[in-house]
Amino acid sequence: MLNLKSLFQQSPITSPMTVNKSNVNQTEPVLRAENVDIYYGDFLAVKGISMDIPKNRITAFIGPSGCGKSTLLRCYNRLNDLIKIFRIGEQSKIYYHNQNLYAPDIDPVEVRRRIGMVFQKPNPFPKSIYDNIAFGPRLNGYKGDMDELVERSLRGAALWDEVKDKLKQSGLSLSGGQQQRLCIARAIAVQPDVILMDEPCSALDPISTLRVEDLLHELKEQYTIVIVTHNMQQASRVSDMTAFFNVEPTDKGGRMGYLVEYDRTEVIFQSPKEESTREYVSGRFG
Amino acid sequence: MNNDEFNADLLKRSPGSPRTLFGILMTGLTFLSAGIALLPLVAVIGFVIAKGGSRIKLGVFTELPPTAYQVDGGGFGNAIQGTIILVVIAALISIPIGVLAAVYLTEFGKGTKLADWIRFFTNVLSGVPSIIVGVFAYGVIVLNLKNLGIGNGYSTFAGGFALSILMLPIIVRATEESLKLVPPEVRQAAVGLGATNFQTVSWVVLPAALPAIITGTTLAIARAAGETAPLLFTALFSQYYLPLSEKGPNALYEPTASLAVLVYNFATRPFENQKELAWAASLILVLMVLLTSIISRIATSRKVY
Amino acid sequence: MTSLSKDSQPAVQPRSSLDKNLDRGFIWLTLLFALAVAGVLIWMTVVVGIGAIPAMLKYGVGFIFSSNWDAVNDEYGALPQLYGTLVSSIIALIFAVPIGLGVALFLSEDYLPTRIQVVIVFLVELLAAIPSVVYGLWGIAVLVPIMKAIGGQIYNLFGWIPIFGTPPSATGLGMLPAGLVLAVMVLPTIAAISRDALISLPPDLRQAAVGLGATRWEAIIKILVPAAFSGIVGAIMLALGRALGETMAVTLLIGNSNNISASILAPGSTISSLLALKFAEADGLQVSALMYSALLLFAITLLVNVLAEMLVRRVQRI
Repeated sequence: MLNLKSLFQQSPITSPMTVNKSNVNQTEPVLRAENVDIYYGDFLAVKGISMDIPKNRITAFIGPSGCGKSTLLRCYNRLNDLIKIFRIGEQSKIYYHNQNLYAPDIDPVEVRRRIGMVFQKPNPFPKSIYDNIAFGPRLNGYKGDMDELVERSLRGAALWDEVKDKLKQSGLSLSGGQQQRLCIARAIAVQPDVILMDEPCSALDPISTLRVEDLLHELKEQYTIVIVTHNMQQASRVSDMTAFFNVEPTDKGGRMGYLVEYDRTEVIFQSPKEESTREYVSGRFG
Repeated sequence: MNNDEFNADLLKRSPGSPRTLFGILMTGLTFLSAGIALLPLVAVIGFVIAKGGSRIKLGVFTELPPTAYQVDGGGFGNAIQGTIILVVIAALISIPIGVLAAVYLTEFGKGTKLADWIRFFTNVLSGVPSIIVGVFAYGVIVLNLKNLGIGNGYSTFAGGFALSILMLPIIVRATEESLKLVPPEVRQAAVGLGATNFQTVSWVVLPAALPAIITGTTLAIARAAGETAPLLFTALFSQYYLPLSEKGPNALYEPTASLAVLVYNFATRPFENQKELAWAASLILVLMVLLTSIISRIATSRKVY
Repeated sequence: MTSLSKDSQPAVQPRSSLDKNLDRGFIWLTLLFALAVAGVLIWMTVVVGIGAIPAMLKYGVGFIFSSNWDAVNDEYGALPQLYGTLVSSIIALIFAVPIGLGVALFLSEDYLPTRIQVVIVFLVELLAAIPSVVYGLWGIAVLVPIMKAIGGQIYNLFGWIPIFGTPPSATGLGMLPAGLVLAVMVLPTIAAISRDALISLPPDLRQAAVGLGATRWEAIIKILVPAAFSGIVGAIMLALGRALGETMAVTLLIGNSNNISASILAPGSTISSLLALKFAEADGLQVSALMYSALLLFAITLLVNVLAEMLVRRVQRI
C-alpha cells in the first residue's frame, strides 16, 4: 500500500526520520526503535517499527485497539519481559542513548530505573502515600533527604497541596485522579530520564484528566515523555510528536500492528500524508 | 542527560551486585523449599510401598488379625469390612445432608447473610480436630446407647456417625463448587420452561453437576477412611468380623475393626508380623487416597483447563 | 390458561397445590439441612460442654495449672498437655512456615511452565491427604531412628541451651519428632493458601514495582508479600489450628509422658494424645476430666480457626 518499507529499512546510520527532519523542531533522539518486530509465541503482533523519540518532547502513540502501541511502549523499558511468551525479533533493536536495550548484557532492572512507567489504571501500592513515593528511591539506595524528595516529587506531580497533611494515609484512600498523580509522583521520584505513560487518563474523569494533561506540559521541561492514548483530542492537546499505528489482519488469521505515520502533531492532525491517518484522526474509524 | 555524558555501562548487568546475589539466593531457597516439601511425600509413599507391598498377599484380605505370638500369616479382612461399613454409614448420613445444604447455599440462599453465616460455620467445622469429633460422637451416640442399655455403647454406628461429621463440611464445599460451575443459563432455561425450583434443581442442576459432586464425595470418603482419631473411642476395634449374617443390622451396635485403627494398634507392637500388617494396611489406605486424588484431578482438570 | 375454549383441552395443567407445596417444602428442606450443618458446631459445643461440667465444677480453673493425671485418686489437671500442645505446634510452625512460604512463592512465580506447576501443586496437596496414622507409622520407622542417632549429638553439642537440655529418651520419641511430622502435615495448608493469596493479587502491583526498577525479589518482599500478608497470616493460623488438634501422628511420636520440660528432645504429651490414649478406658470423673480438656482444645482451635477464616475471607473480598 504505501512505501513505508523502503523508508524504514534504511541503514541505522541515517535516521529513519530523515524525511521529516527538515520540518521538525527535532532535539536529539533519546530512544530509537529500529526495525522492531514483536512476537507473542510464534505470532507476529507488531511488525517493522522504526522511529526516534526526541528528548524533552511529548510523543503520543495513537491508533485503534490491537495496533500494538501499548506493546511497543512496554518494549522501551523491557516491561514485556514479564510476559513469558513475549519475544522481540532477532534483527530488532531499541537504542537508548545509543545503547541497545535488548543486548544480552543489559540489566532490565537498570533500564526501568531510568525509563519509568505510569499505567492505565492507577496502581498505588497498598502502603502510605509517603511509602509509595519512597519505594523507588529506597530500592536504588537514595542517600539524600527522603522527606525532601517526597515533597519534591509530590509537588512535581501537582499533588503536594492536596496530600501534605496526610502522607501517612494509604495511597488507596485517594481519589482516582489523585491516585494517578501519586503514580506519576512515584515514577518521577526515582529521577528517571524518560517516562512512559500507558493511557494514563483512560480511567479518570474529565477534570482529573485536564489536571494530568497540565502536569504533562510541566514535566516535559525535565523529562522525555511517551504517551499512549485513545483520545485524539488529548494527543493533539499535549503532544509535540504523534505516531499513528494501524492494525491489519494477517494471512494466518491473526492481527498485526504497524506504524503508518510519524510526524509533528500538527502535521498528523492537519495535513497527514496517509489517507488512513486522516480517517483515523477525523474519527471516521477506530 | 546528554548523549555525550551518558554512560551506557550503568545499564549493564552486574553479576556481583548485592541485589543480583540476593535474588539468586532467594530463588535458590524457594527451589530448595519445594524440594524439601516433596521429600517427605516421596519418602512416605516409597516406604509404605516398599514395606507394605511385600506383605500384601491374598490372605491379608480374608484372614483375621494375628495374635501376638502368631509369627506368620493373618490379615485384616475384618478391618476392610469394618472400614467399608463405617464409610457407608458416614456417606449415607453426610451426602444427603451435605448436598442439600449446598443446594440451599448456591441456589436458594445465594447472597443472603444467612448463607454467609452457614458457610462460615461450615468452614470452621472443617477445622475442628478430628479427635474432638470423636469426643462429640462419644457424647451423642456411645453414652446414649449405653444409657439405653444397648451393649456398652461403643459401636460401628457411633464410628460411622463420627466420620459423617468429618465428611459433612467437605461434601458441602465440594458440592457448592460443583453447583457454581453449572452455568446460570441452564437454570434460566429450565425455569423458562415452567419448571419449579424442585424440578430445576433435581432434573437439571444436580445432574449437570453430578460428575463433579461424585468426585468431591469420593475424595471425602477416601479421606474419611484414613481417619483414626474419631474411631478410637467410638467404633473401638474388634478381633473379629461384624456378625452381620447372624444379627443383621443389630450388628452395627457392636464395635468394629477398621484399617486405620489397626495401623495404630499394630504400629507400636513389638511383634514383626503385626508391624508388617500395619504397613500393608497403610499401603491400602495410601493407595486409596492416591488413586482417588489422581482420578479426581484428571476428572476435574478436563473441565477447568 | 382457564380462559381457553371448552373443546380444546389446555396443554398445560395449572400447577397443583401439591406441586406448589412440594416445591416450597423442598426449599425449606434444603434450608433445614444447611442450618443443621452449621448447627453441628453448636451441638458439638453443647455436648462436650455438658460432659465437662462435673470436672469443671470440681477442678475449676485449677485444672489448667495442675499437672496431675491420677485416675486412682481422681485428681486431674491438663497443664503438661496444654504445654505440649502449644510447644509441638510451635515447633511445627517454625519448620513449616518458612518452607511453606518458599513453596508458595515457588509456585506463584513463573519459574516453571504452568503444566509442571499444576503437577507440583497437586503433589503438595497430596501431602495433606496421607492419613495421619500413616505419618505416625512412618515417623516411628524412619524419623525416630534418625532422632536417636542425631539427638545424642545435639544434646552433647548444644545441651547448654535449655531447649536441648535433656538427652533424648531411649525410645527416640519426643517433642521434636512429633513437631517435625506435624510440620510436614501442615505444610500443604500454608503453601496452598499463601499461594492463593499471592496469585490473587492484581498483576499491576508487580508491574508497578518492576516499572520502578525493582528486581523480582524486591517486588516480592517489599510489595507482594506485604499485600498478601493477611492471607498468609490466615494460612499460618489455619495450619496452627490443624497442628493443635492433630492426634494420631503426635500420639505415636511424642512419647506420651506426663511431664513439662523445656527440652524439645524430651518426651511430652498433648491434649489430643491424652484423649486418644485414655478415653476408651476411662469412666466416671475421668471421662468428664477428659471432656474438660477436650473442651479446652476445642476452644483454642475454634478461636484460631475463626481468626484464620476471617483473615482469609478478607483477602477474598479484595
